[in-house]
Amino acid sequence: MNATTLEKKGSNHLYSSSDYLLEVTELKKHFPIKAGILQRTVGSVKAVDGVSFRVKKGETIGIVGESGCGKSTAGRTLIRLYEPTGGDILFKGKNISKMRESELRRTVRKDIQMIFQDPFASLNPRKTLKHILAEPLITHNLYKGREREDKIQQLLEKVGFNPMFINRYPHEFSGGQRQRIGIARALAVNPDLIIADEPVSALDVSIQAQIINLMEDLQDELGLTYVFISHDLSVVRHISDKVGVMYLGRMMEFANKKDLYDEPLHPYTQALLSAVPVPRRKGVERRERIILKGDLPSPSNPPQGCVFHTRCPAATAMCSERVPEYKEVKKDHFVACHLY
Amino acid sequence: MTALLELKNLKTHFKRDKVSIPAVDGVDLTINKGETVALVGESGSGKSITSLSIMKLIPSPPGKIVDGSIIFNGKDLVNLNEDDMCKIRGNDISMIFQEPMTSLNPVLTIGEQIIEVLMYHQKMTRAQAVNKAVEMLEMVGFSRAKALINEYPHRLSGGMRQRVMIAIAMSCNPKLLIADEPTTALDVTIQAQILDLMKDLSKQYDTSILIITHDLGVVSEVADKVVVMYCGQVVEEALVDDLFDEPLHPYTIGLMGSIPSLEDETDRLQSIEGTVPPPEHFPTGCRFAPRCPHAFDRCREEAPSLIQMAGGRKARCFLHSDKEATL
Repeated sequence: MNATTLEKKGSNHLYSSSDYLLEVTELKKHFPIKAGILQRTVGSVKAVDGVSFRVKKGETIGIVGESGCGKSTAGRTLIRLYEPTGGDILFKGKNISKMRESELRRTVRKDIQMIFQDPFASLNPRKTLKHILAEPLITHNLYKGREREDKIQQLLEKVGFNPMFINRYPHEFSGGQRQRIGIARALAVNPDLIIADEPVSALDVSIQAQIINLMEDLQDELGLTYVFISHDLSVVRHISDKVGVMYLGRMMEFANKKDLYDEPLHPYTQALLSAVPVPRRKGVERRERIILKGDLPSPSNPPQGCVFHTRCPAATAMCSERVPEYKEVKKDHFVACHLY
Repeated sequence: MTALLELKNLKTHFKRDKVSIPAVDGVDLTINKGETVALVGESGSGKSITSLSIMKLIPSPPGKIVDGSIIFNGKDLVNLNEDDMCKIRGNDISMIFQEPMTSLNPVLTIGEQIIEVLMYHQKMTRAQAVNKAVEMLEMVGFSRAKALINEYPHRLSGGMRQRVMIAIAMSCNPKLLIADEPTTALDVTIQAQILDLMKDLSKQYDTSILIITHDLGVVSEVADKVVVMYCGQVVEEALVDDLFDEPLHPYTIGLMGSIPSLEDETDRLQSIEGTVPPPEHFPTGCRFAPRCPHAFDRCREEAPSLIQMAGGRKARCFLHSDKEATL
């Protein structure tokens, strides 16, 4: 079922010269800060401030960072749930960053879907599963009548549900089950790209593992591409092919996961990895821990130069003056740091 | 080592529609002086209710400690009246909570919230309490503690608030600190700061810590002993190294298999099938049997008891009934 839709899409759209499904260049999202009676703009929160990365078809890209680093905003901006302040988003070679909403809806909305963090807030409590899963099909005018019903039952089976549950309401299910419903809803329109924003963070570990396994199985079966946003470095290592590390709205490092985890180059990545408590057996050495001093600066007033220099153990005078360039220092290994 | 706190067959039940729901159902737990014990389990395992029972903070009704004893420093807390309990809370036993955003009073200054504790429990004068408050804030790593005591909680970040909570909790030099998911709401780099701080303080003041968490990484970082709970019961108890070396209970094994590794490639996570049953539907035999890959007929009919094994290990599982130590 999915293979045919993919073929159809392939013939309709011309891929750009590259084989990337998604190319994000210098993506920016600034939120204005308004004050006074006249609500004049007095500044801006630079939630995402120049993020670039590329995603190949069938890959999983992990985006990690601490709270407030802009990873969720980046995820929402790149599917235009927020209007980007600047930068380009190329999806299947088409620039969607400035595309009109009507055209967006006609061409790419169906191909990019999202899974949200909170399975309790992201499903309408007054609708049955049937209704929840039919909604994307109605919006995009896919499948009619009996076919639509069959499709919904297929979706439920695909995420490990008994199709008998079709007339039940979300409150009858646990967090893990609701997240499965969220995944089924995202799959309803046969998307190519799924943005998953902290999809397992609200779940217990044993349930988390079930959902991760499900997402991996679906990827193998349907050839999906994931952008997986999470604060959990272990989960991201498990599921991703490539990983980007964000800090204060910027991409600090981006590399294949093996390179990034075994040989992190950016001092922030190094500190982040060393801070994760790891369950370990007797006699296994831990990474030397780098404790970062202080807290995250405010994104409305980020530090001059490199945004990380206020907490960086390796900072020099140059770091507070010049913004480091985000460049490829090894093959497929991008870093924004003056050390390289 | 002497036991500071001993829970014996603690049962905390909640009444709902005339049905008694066994949220904590016969928990035995010992914390020695200076020891850090981790209570591990998923949501609904009864770990937070256990800790609230120790503090006697169970909302009653509907909750009630129906059986068992809580021996703290030789005294049974179960029969203590509220006045005597108030003298222990915040003084001998103090607690820090998961949510640093909501556990501080937003309309009182940071200083006021520490001073209150000191004046009530330690009978300090206000001036003494102010000095002590500054000292406590410095101890938890604030450089500008003098200015901070006049500020309100909303000016602080999550990590800073949790440090203030620790300063309040440690201000009376408690014998036992109960930390209910103290770092769950925090980022990893801040979590590392807080865990280090807790470790230092417990060493410095010989404070025992009961840390409640679902994060096995945190457990291996801070705990001496681990107690794993499932459905209101202790299913396994072991020293931290033993547990990570060789978990015995199938639930513990499943829990460990569910976490992806930070340091190695993992092919596929071994998830535990199904979900935790709600307390009104606890199975009759072993409570883990419906989700257990090793369950056999006996597991479904008969409830296993917590088996004592060599090396102080305990497991509630028939698979290990042959290893029972003769005491």
